[in-house]
Amino acid sequence: MYVAVKGGEKAIDAAHAWLAEERRGDTAIAELSVAQIREQLALSVNRVMAEGSLYDPDLAALAIKQARGDLIEAVFLIRAYRTTLPRFGATLPVETAEMTCDRRVSATFKDAPGGQVLGPTFDYTHRLLDFKLAADGELAKAPTRDAPQEATPHITTFLKQEGVIQTEVDTGETPRDLTREPLELPADRALRLQALTRGDEGFVLGMAYSTQRGYARNHAFVGELRIGTCAVEMEIPELGFAIEVGEVELTECETVNQFTGSKTEPPQFTRGYGLVFGQSERKSISMALVDRALRWEELGEDNMGAPAQDVEFVLYHADNIQATGFLEHIKLPHYVDFQSELELVRKLRAEAEANIAPQQEAAE
Amino acid sequence: MSDRTALNGDPKQAARKAWMSLLAKAPEAQVLALWGERPAPDHQMLRTPELGSTMVRGRIGATGNAFNLGEMTITRCSVQLSDGPIGHAYVQGRSKEKARIAALVDAMMQTDAAESIHAEILTPLAEARASAKAVRAAKAAATKVDFFTMARGED
Repeated sequence: MYVAVKGGEKAIDAAHAWLAEERRGDTAIAELSVAQIREQLALSVNRVMAEGSLYDPDLAALAIKQARGDLIEAVFLIRAYRTTLPRFGATLPVETAEMTCDRRVSATFKDAPGGQVLGPTFDYTHRLLDFKLAADGELAKAPTRDAPQEATPHITTFLKQEGVIQTEVDTGETPRDLTREPLELPADRALRLQALTRGDEGFVLGMAYSTQRGYARNHAFVGELRIGTCAVEMEIPELGFAIEVGEVELTECETVNQFTGSKTEPPQFTRGYGLVFGQSERKSISMALVDRALRWEELGEDNMGAPAQDVEFVLYHADNIQATGFLEHIKLPHYVDFQSELELVRKLRAEAEANIAPQQEAAE
Repeated sequence: MSDRTALNGDPKQAARKAWMSLLAKAPEAQVLALWGERPAPDHQMLRTPELGSTMVRGRIGATGNAFNLGEMTITRCSVQLSDGPIGHAYVQGRSKEKARIAALVDAMMQTDAAESIHAEILTPLAEARASAKAVRAAKAAATKVDFFTMARGED
């Protein structure tokens, strides 16, 4: 129960003034600009865009600055801002086959057409702290090489040609949107993917990891992981045709998973899918693994009772803003709630003591 | 550029789509710098620059049904030149000034000024975009793995 209480305004004002000072830190140190955050903390910016569910690097960088680097707080700011924007419509689905890839690797085919392009990856670094970054160092130029002109084909297209992988068909259905209607079960795959792509990276990672450790194991291979930019097309009512209204950086992961076939289908590989704003590799692989685990029913697999198979558990706990909102509200005043509990405990204790006293008298 | 929507083979529509798409994706600073101090032709605002969002969609498994990936910020604006042509803009981000210029450019591309606007604004934007993309592509290409087989020393 919440009760309006007066008082505390001065304390709150003082707390916020101090917060602003602490945010700034030591004024002898140069202040961070939003552009510096956008350019140099790009992966934080990407995470805030993905979980804030709004692609705008400058806004995400501003939110990170305002939140003192607390990324969930920054996501909260972005979600709140998002609700103030009128929505002009929805785009056509981005065509990731036409992505300009910065990175594209496959763990299943060494010699895939388009090759293994590592991109600006942390992989193969030694994870040793680089003290040169603590000083202003000269930056070596990244080498270049002649680039192919054609788009990089998806790995799954090769498996499809052989018929050994399940196909994904577009039936033209308009997807449900959890930002416009409450998230209600049963949730189809489109709705699950929306919840996962904006879900908390740590939560989705933990769920994915649980499948790897044996809770509804589904033997995922990373068929393909690609990072790059895609044009975003939207139908413009005034024009009667679609134009590109922008471009977004995306990370896409397609997993290839074991499947033994069924009475109606020959043995073939199944798929998990991850697509996330920005360079968000860990999140997109996690999303693909959890997507695949949640498909157990449609693929005729057993319910192992694993957390990652439980759509209600996964979808209702993946959103870090819902989670943190409910969690953190318990620190706010609950004086009346607690007073009533206190009264109750006192009453129970008084009753218990009253019962004990006559028994003791009787024993004596 | 991809062309997934029916333009009915209309080259005028295809050209308009191309310049509007170019303006939508161009960095604000470049658009403002190329427009410079030029005076806008006589016009009225049909829709003053308006900030909003669009829901970006993806496809399940890259080829399947659409799903909602998340929104992006866009700004739109519509102008009408006093001699008739109407210009529209839907551009990425939150720059009202970029949206206004993009709408004016769209309108002016339908007038006799088209040739000079093309040369002074659209061509430089396209070149800047192509060179930025080429630099990234060349860096990506340099990270492509060249596999080689280790000599096994059997002979």
